[in-house]
Amino acid sequence: MKIMHCPLNGPRNISEFVYGGEVRDMPDPNCVSDAEWAEHVFLENNTRGVVREWWMHVATAYWFIAERNTATEKIVRTYPSSDIFSDRVSFAAPDEERESS
Amino acid sequence: MTHGNRLPAPAGLLIDREQPLTFRFEGQLVEGYAGDTIASALASNDIWLLSRSFKYRRPRGALTMAGQDANTLVQLPGRPSVAADLEPISGGLDVYGQNYEGSLKRDRGIWIGWLHRFLPVGFYYKAFYKPRGAWKFWAPFIRAKAGLGRVSEDAPHGYYDKEYRFADVAVVGGGPAGMNAALFAADAGADVILIDENPQLGGALNYARFDSLGEISGNERERLVNAVQSHDNINVMLSTVANGWFSDNFLSLIRGNRMFKLRAKEVVLATGVMEQPAVFRNNDLPRIMMGSAAQRLIRLYGVRPGTQAIVLAANDDAYGVALDLADAGVNIVAIADLRERPEMGLLATAVKEKGWRVETGCAVSEAIAGDGGRSLRGAVLSRIDGKGVTSGAEQLNCDLICMSVGYAPVGQLPCHDGGQLRLDTASSTFVLENLPEHGHAAGSVTGTHSLDAVLATGAHAGWRAARAAGFNAGDEPTIHDGSGDDGHNHDWPLFPHAKGKDFVDYDEDLQVKDILNACADGYEDIELVKRYATVGMGPSQGRHSALNTVRLVTDAIGRSLDEAKPTTVRPPYTAETFGVLAGRMFEPVRYTPMHHRHLELGAQMMVAGPWMRPAYYGSPAERVQVIRGEIAAVRSAVGVLDVSTLGGIEVRGPDAAEFLNRMYTFAYARQPVGRSRYLMMCDETGAIVDDGVTCRFHERHFYVTTTSSGASNVYREMLWWNAQWRLAIDISDVTNAYAAVSLAGPRSREVLDQLTDDIDLSMEAFPYMDVRTGHVAGIPARLLRIGFVGELGFEIHVPSSHGEALWDALVSVGEEFGIRPFGLEAQRVLRLEKGHVIIGQDTDGLTYPAEANMTWAISRKKPFFVGGRANQVHESRTLMRKLVGFVIDDPNAPIPEECHLTLRGNDIVGRVTSAARSDALARIIGLAYVAPSQAKIGETFPIKIETNRFLEAKVVSLPFYDPDNKRQEI
Repeated sequence: MKIMHCPLNGPRNISEFVYGGEVRDMPDPNCVSDAEWAEHVFLENNTRGVVREWWMHVATAYWFIAERNTATEKIVRTYPSSDIFSDRVSFAAPDEERESS
Repeated sequence: MTHGNRLPAPAGLLIDREQPLTFRFEGQLVEGYAGDTIASALASNDIWLLSRSFKYRRPRGALTMAGQDANTLVQLPGRPSVAADLEPISGGLDVYGQNYEGSLKRDRGIWIGWLHRFLPVGFYYKAFYKPRGAWKFWAPFIRAKAGLGRVSEDAPHGYYDKEYRFADVAVVGGGPAGMNAALFAADAGADVILIDENPQLGGALNYARFDSLGEISGNERERLVNAVQSHDNINVMLSTVANGWFSDNFLSLIRGNRMFKLRAKEVVLATGVMEQPAVFRNNDLPRIMMGSAAQRLIRLYGVRPGTQAIVLAANDDAYGVALDLADAGVNIVAIADLRERPEMGLLATAVKEKGWRVETGCAVSEAIAGDGGRSLRGAVLSRIDGKGVTSGAEQLNCDLICMSVGYAPVGQLPCHDGGQLRLDTASSTFVLENLPEHGHAAGSVTGTHSLDAVLATGAHAGWRAARAAGFNAGDEPTIHDGSGDDGHNHDWPLFPHAKGKDFVDYDEDLQVKDILNACADGYEDIELVKRYATVGMGPSQGRHSALNTVRLVTDAIGRSLDEAKPTTVRPPYTAETFGVLAGRMFEPVRYTPMHHRHLELGAQMMVAGPWMRPAYYGSPAERVQVIRGEIAAVRSAVGVLDVSTLGGIEVRGPDAAEFLNRMYTFAYARQPVGRSRYLMMCDETGAIVDDGVTCRFHERHFYVTTTSSGASNVYREMLWWNAQWRLAIDISDVTNAYAAVSLAGPRSREVLDQLTDDIDLSMEAFPYMDVRTGHVAGIPARLLRIGFVGELGFEIHVPSSHGEALWDALVSVGEEFGIRPFGLEAQRVLRLEKGHVIIGQDTDGLTYPAEANMTWAISRKKPFFVGGRANQVHESRTLMRKLVGFVIDDPNAPIPEECHLTLRGNDIVGRVTSAARSDALARIIGLAYVAPSQAKIGETFPIKIETNRFLEAKVVSLPFYDPDNKRQEI
């Protein structure tokens, strides 16, 4: 069984973690076509090489980022999600709302 | 029978001559000693025929005496394919051979061997697929012939379990290298686990000969074993197979019925070598064995392997075998050395003085069978003229041929985690490359064979491992220069015979020509040759066929030997039983704080997600009446249901309402304090994934409930989204902190009134959907005036530690009001009567709100919520199905089951998701998906309950019961 280094808990068995998908930017839902949104929701890049992924240590409910090489299965680096998500995210109102307000 | 072949002590390290045991082989009584294996006990009684081969039913005997070949697989009661050269005997054991009709000695199936010329390689692929349907005819016949042993259909249950171990350094292999490595690492302070599959430490020191007098191995063994056993830092695990080496040094070890999962910082691989066979005609007869097998018989079990021996040699070890045989009273007929001009090693020199017949540049080109093919009668010696080419033939009588023509490393384990074997032309054996990052090899698995070199590599590996594990291991031990270590393998110990029966793979009965024909048929890749010819696919997994196959294939296709690799090695190293894999799963279940009260009340408990919950209270014999009684109590008086399993999540902070607006479909910004609101959660594809209720206790404080099975997922999703949004909130999972009951029924207010004095329970002061905090039975409580069952009701949430006290108070106070605990079965009917959906039962992983008539719970004015954009897309498309309520008017109709199909014409359009007989409505009611065109009130649709049997269902409006919601809002 693999060991993963949790930024909060140190090295733990991989069975203590869940995978949360690749880290990727969400397009503005109010400005994209149906097809673009479907691509965002359903299609993974499936990159060969180092990818940034969400992982969670289940027992402590801690989400963090892992950089993993999908070709070699090596976990290159793990770090807190706040390293890349540092600002409060706001959503613009939908178009019709903006018009009416 | 007597042990005619038994040698006097000190031969027989493992046997206890004070403890004779009797068992049966093929019905015949056989005597052995405690410590004997089945094969050694039989050999001591001159029984050498152990099994019949897989395809041609050739008689076979022990090849390795180390459990590495398939020749020794025998049938025990309830256990097929047990290695007779590993399995210890016990009194009364009943052993049979495998793969024969009639008896092992007189197999009626041997005629198949006469057909060998009609059974070419790839036979099954070529022969049975034409004409169409031919396979159906042939399959039963072939299946009856194939297979190994019989699985017992009434094998008793066994107890299997698992154990976790940790070590700084794990050493696999308890031979001289492994023991020395363990000692070096342990001396440095490392916590060491030393694993060996044999019942005793020592490895080759137990059976091999390292000097002319044969004294060194015993002395060294004693020195090392004593040091290991007296070392506090070394934990020795014997009779333990290391069966897998997984990522980050996670080893699976098997000892008896227990699997150990070992995590080691560093692993030392000291697994040694497997001796490799020579290929010549009839090389599979019983009593043609590895030189090391003969040595094991002599030293471990005190069994003389024959009387007249021919030793086929290609290294100095072969001469050690000859010396051992002579010491055991075996006459050395001849030593045939494949080498034209052998280097005279220590042991060869010792043999020279004996004056035995030694032929160099000489091969055994054929073995002569006696006793109707069942035993060895002699051998033909021939001159080697070139690679695999011989001339001349001298026949000699013998009853034993020992092969010592080379080795292959036991390198399977590291290959489970990226290691690789490659054929090295200089040494003509496999070399191990790409060891895992924290793995170290030592001993003969690295290609060194002299005892000095083996000990030195062990010391060095132990030192490296201790250092890598963070210990101060002192000065680096000397690295042995490896001198005197070359030339253990002959590069071409293959002598194909015109008449065949020159076996490369014993398991699969593959001869030289089969491998060559596979190449001729166009299969040039070793992996493809394996699959086409089935070489290496038998129980011994190519341990004795891989090296010779690689030699033959690379030679046949003219490719460089240096690129040659054996086929991919995968775990497990050796066969493991399902019991070992399946034994003792860790599957905990959760109890609510009131669990024991349910049991006291006679509840039938059921598994609900991770929880145990009451299904109903009463005996299974009266199930239907009991559930009806519980339902009636809720509708006419008052019932109490344990809902502690509901998920509870506190969301606090200035952005709490904004956060709920994003996570859930409804609008929460203007939800008043003191009110609750329905929650529906979708995933990014727009599908409904959870629901619940949110209670606003403060501008900045929401108490959110989730479904019982969804709690941890909802919590996870919330944390994940807010890791990105960075809203100013705090999210905490308080599922375990609260116990909760649902008190429901027209008299619920009266019951609760007895237990509260700080909350006004009147309809005006505490209307439907309001929430309050206060005390119930003196316990601090959150009260929610909501209900899933459609009656006046309250959910009461209290700290878990008070759950049982709350339950007791309600049940005792409620007695005069006719209170009755009810279980999940009653609740399912009650909620169905109200038309409430259960997420995950009435919805599936694709159901979006419009399909389930839930669009009322979607706020259209929010800039964003999870699943919102996807639902826009869904709603812009044609609806394909719709969830409707239905009734079945036929009073004699059976209740349809979940997942019975709904039809439109002949087309399947959906399925039943819930159905029950409702006493309140005096008919069968249910929910089902139908085509949108069938969803109008009053439409009918068929439900298919079995082939050609349909029920007519009628669409009705929801809820079925109390459509104006008068009962719950009073």
